[in-house]
Amino acid sequence: MGMTLTEKILAKASGKKEVQPGEIVTVEPTWVMSHDNSAAILLKFKKTGVKRVWDPKKIVIILDHTVPAPTADYANNHKSIREFVREQGIENFWDINTGICHQVMAEKGYDLPSAVIVGADSHTTTPGAFGAFAAGIGRSEVAAIWATGKIWLRVPESYEIIVNGNFPKGVFAKDLALHIIGDVTASGAVYKAVEFKGETIKDMSIASRMVLTNMSAEMGAKNGIIEADEKTEEYLRGRAKGPYEIMHPDEDAEYERRYEYDASDLVPKIAFPHTVDNVHDIDKAEDIEVDQVFLGTCTNGRVEDLEIAARILKGKRVNPRVRMLVFPASWEVWREADERGILRILAEAGAVIMNPGCGPCLGAHAGVLADGEKCLSTANRNFKGRMGNPNAEIYLGSPATAAATALKGRITDPREVL
Amino acid sequence: MGRVWKYGDDVNTDVIFPGKYTYKIMSDEEMASHALEDLDPEFAKNVKPGDVIVAGKNWGYGSSREQAVKCLKAAGIKAIIAESFARIYYRNCINLGLPAITLKREDIERFDKGDEVEVDIEKGIIVNKTKNFEIHFPPFEGYVMDIIRAGGIIEYIRMHQGKE
Ligand code: SF4
Repeated sequence: MGMTLTEKILAKASGKKEVQPGEIVTVEPTWVMSHDNSAAILLKFKKTGVKRVWDPKKIVIILDHTVPAPTADYANNHKSIREFVREQGIENFWDINTGICHQVMAEKGYDLPSAVIVGADSHTTTPGAFGAFAAGIGRSEVAAIWATGKIWLRVPESYEIIVNGNFPKGVFAKDLALHIIGDVTASGAVYKAVEFKGETIKDMSIASRMVLTNMSAEMGAKNGIIEADEKTEEYLRGRAKGPYEIMHPDEDAEYERRYEYDASDLVPKIAFPHTVDNVHDIDKAEDIEVDQVFLGTCTNGRVEDLEIAARILKGKRVNPRVRMLVFPASWEVWREADERGILRILAEAGAVIMNPGCGPCLGAHAGVLADGEKCLSTANRNFKGRMGNPNAEIYLGSPATAAATALKGRITDPREVL
Repeated sequence: MGRVWKYGDDVNTDVIFPGKYTYKIMSDEEMASHALEDLDPEFAKNVKPGDVIVAGKNWGYGSSREQAVKCLKAAGIKAIIAESFARIYYRNCINLGLPAITLKREDIERFDKGDEVEVDIEKGIIVNKTKNFEIHFPPFEGYVMDIIRAGGIIEYIRMHQGKE
């Protein structure tokens, strides 16, 4: 019987010829990633009684959630992580001057085709954009891997999501992701592998593919995955942190479900508060006034996202009743956007340019909303209280929608300004 | 040997272990005394070591709280047999050393509350003595079996470390 891409990777990683959905396999992950939560993980690790981590070369720790530390507690956490990293000789440590973990994993060449990547963050589905098997796991499980080097995984059933057709003007990967989640629902793909295929996906940039795998977590998926191709290899040139193999799903692979979409039918989309699958066409949102626009996060803080916003805002001013915050996803993004004049355009339009990191996404840091305020955000979650205040509302949209909204002060269809 | 406690589909972690207790530190016995209290008040009073739970699909959806597994284990439940489990609940079961067994719906339907059953985890056999039938399931894979035998992943690591 043929295997899906996810099945193939898990078969290889567990040294088997074939695996089937439902089967449990044990694998040594290529990388195990964690972020500021490493402070809690290292305490659990110490409880196991194990003195040295299994392999200091395979542990990746990236500080990004609360950077630089906003309180003494967070500062102490960071300190304990830095001490642990030194004591254990962990080589792949990236301090507060690097960027958001999922972006850094890609940029620093950890996201490799057919790698097995697990991480203590629900959006660890992101490396699937490179043809890796990548899934979020719990903190105790990360501690257990640090100690033993292995993890058991249940082979998930796979769904295939096939997208063909060209995006119309003003429609982007984010709109497609929101449309799919609205259709599949927030629990529609629980524990499944979601494999994205089709011409539209092939035509997408790596950055746009990452939007889809990143947001796979929002339909409950265990992992999202896209076959690697020449674009992937091009991106990896000079970055890849190790050897890799490009795998393909078998022709006769079995998928539990198939979804098909035509990208040319799409319009800009908005996820309304307070769930990501509460998705509507943008015209339903158009008279909603916002107080803040947040451009950034592991979903949409890359150069192409900042660039489209700059195109819309060039030579114009952000509406005076709106605060626009820009958090590039990493310092690499920051530097490229700086060199290309993108940051200057955004700053001159009145946006506040912040340091790379998660920023207001999880409500633990800068850019918190006041009671009753509304925010248009390019992030992946709009749960009640997500940005630090349960009395505020978060609407999700694309970077182009974010820029158009910043300009007008109310949720605006980017097709009006492009 | 134990008896079956039978439940339906979509039993969430809130009724397995009420949310109001999640941040209270409790002993195992106290946790067991609250197990399933909002779904089946008889359970905590009458459960005996060796009993099993048989349920429909999506057992344990909702929060990731580990107590929803721990309270059943502390109550003496030997295995949970269901048509499907919520992802995190399933992981928590294995990592806390409580076997989670998946069976097809038609097999689940052959069990009733109070049936006398014997579960052989090592061989992958469930014997229903009351109704006189046997169901086989694939035994757990090596590492997972080791974790279950050790009584949980932390215990497994401690033992493993002890041997080194
Ligand atoms: S940007 Fe937001 S979603 Fe992404 S890793 Fe940071 S907190 Fe999580």
